[in-house]
Amino acid sequence: MSGGLDHLVIAPIVLPLAAAALVILIDQRPLRVALSLASVISLLLISVTLLISVSDPETNGASVYRLGDWPAPFGIVLVLDRLSAMMVTLASTLGLAALIFSLARWEQAGPRFHALFLLLLAGLNGAFLTGDLFNLFVFFEVLLAASYGLVLHGSGIPRVKAGLHYIAVNLGASSLLLIGVTVIYGITGTLNMADLAQRIPQLDGDSRTLFEIGCAVLIVAFLTKAGAWPLGFWLPPTYSAASAPAAALFAIMTKVGVYATLRVTFLFFDDGVSASEGMASPLLFAGGALTIGMSAIGMLAARSFSRIAGFAVLTSSGAVLAVVGIGGERALSGALYYMISSTLAVAAFFLLIELLNRARGTSAPAVDSAVFDDEYSDPYEDAPPSDEVGVIIPAAVALISGGFILCALLISGLPPLSSFIGKVAIMMALIETNSAAAATLITALVVSSFAAVVALLRTGVEVIWTPEERTVPRVRGVEFGAIAGLLIACILLTTHGQWVLNYTDATVAWLNDAPDYVTSVLGEPPAETAMGDATP
Amino acid sequence: MELVLALAIGVLTASGVWLLFRPRTFQVIIGLSLIAYAVNLFIFSVGGLRVGAPPILDPAGTDTNAYADPLPQALVLTAIVISFAMTALLLVVVIASRGLTGTDHVDGQEPEQ
Repeated sequence: MSGGLDHLVIAPIVLPLAAAALVILIDQRPLRVALSLASVISLLLISVTLLISVSDPETNGASVYRLGDWPAPFGIVLVLDRLSAMMVTLASTLGLAALIFSLARWEQAGPRFHALFLLLLAGLNGAFLTGDLFNLFVFFEVLLAASYGLVLHGSGIPRVKAGLHYIAVNLGASSLLLIGVTVIYGITGTLNMADLAQRIPQLDGDSRTLFEIGCAVLIVAFLTKAGAWPLGFWLPPTYSAASAPAAALFAIMTKVGVYATLRVTFLFFDDGVSASEGMASPLLFAGGALTIGMSAIGMLAARSFSRIAGFAVLTSSGAVLAVVGIGGERALSGALYYMISSTLAVAAFFLLIELLNRARGTSAPAVDSAVFDDEYSDPYEDAPPSDEVGVIIPAAVALISGGFILCALLISGLPPLSSFIGKVAIMMALIETNSAAAATLITALVVSSFAAVVALLRTGVEVIWTPEERTVPRVRGVEFGAIAGLLIACILLTTHGQWVLNYTDATVAWLNDAPDYVTSVLGEPPAETAMGDATP
Repeated sequence: MELVLALAIGVLTASGVWLLFRPRTFQVIIGLSLIAYAVNLFIFSVGGLRVGAPPILDPAGTDTNAYADPLPQALVLTAIVISFAMTALLLVVVIASRGLTGTDHVDGQEPEQ
């Protein structure tokens, strides 16, 4: 790889971080918008470049970025492999769509919106790219701190109430994360994930037990952030209270927990590495399947779109976790594909809900009582009175309904769109394993599809078809553009399904090959390693 | 020394968890702070308790047992700063919640009697 491309690995963290710092200093709104839009667009371009560079079959492995060029176990490393490149691209896609959507109204609701938004992206990318556990914690905190601010964006009693619970739960989970990281450091003396994977086989007796306890605490923390049952009850109220662009970006935040669980499971409990092999599998499977169940029941019980969307976020987290628990390369590849598609779809749905509610005239009050008088202004209030910018599109209702149908198809996993392909890929791989666990998971997936169809139909009929006094919603082009962009991404995912599935297949194969990861990060394995299959 | 420290961490965590589950926002804040203290002490202690040992290697010295592990001290600094900042942030939200809802109950409303 060329020298320039090497440094590109750190760009997804540094670029939004620097832009966030600059955006605070800028007073003029058009400049702020331009800067944050420019940085998110370049973020997307960078992440696509990174994605292409790792998906090149010639460069099998990961590009490792050593900060300050310190050798790996001692310095801090960023590791870009297929999984992290995929997640970074997904995050920047969502980020761009949510930012464009927010340009219509939401970014005016508070001067810190752009800074928080960019910091959240920096935290997300950092969590995906980092190669050691402690920085994972730090980036988790960065993204959580930004999300605490974003959840409150627009203020109002429901947001503050939901935000309070959200912050308390996540602070508790962060303490667990720290305890887990510390125990692991105490036992192994390293925080670098590759170095850890290498040292685990040498543990025995008491230290192995302690190490497993540390991992268990760590994974509980990850699962809390992923919203897995029974740790995920904080999630739907928070997400449904958040403003539309924030909620759309939050759709990927649960996936950070899933990502971290995947990473740790495959590196630490890899086949053939150690006695800890498959330690977490039964629990991950049970937790994942119950998460799918919880999201199905929650969707059925929900009375509003935003609650349905809040529960729909959980389905794909549950699917990935359960598949990790069962094992099987092809099923996991399908689950990753499903996760991408479902995250995009749920984000589009969160954005669409705002328009649907506006059509119904029950749009949530943007700001009903400002906390900081000087900071917040009602985005609905200072919208231009004439329709110079915000043209009332005559076909707005039709477009919204069309978008709703696509979102409903995607969220419930009906043919012909990408979620269907993802679910079928999971199921086909599971049927081959022919086990009770696989049968349970297939049932759970089918039931959750059914629940989503029922819930979306019921609420959709009520909102779109039931005639009641209705104002033609004032929808701006950028809002449609953002939703259309996400839906087009889903359609591209459908038409280029084979390419994406090939990519996820390669991702899973790479994940299963922990020694390769270790070699990429640390260089050649040292001679004294006891691990039998260390040499690839 | 280990026993005293372990007891301190245990008592802090237990009190913190108990307070975290209380219905008033002030109790939750104190609970989270206590948990943060416990976690910070725990991180600090994981490098091994040693009195009077320097954390920086002397180029001449080769016996690593004579030194304290510097990494947990670096980690605990980061953790202290982060937990401190997060508590401050939570405090702002708690005050906002108190101002908006008029109650200090964590659910934003008094439970029905």
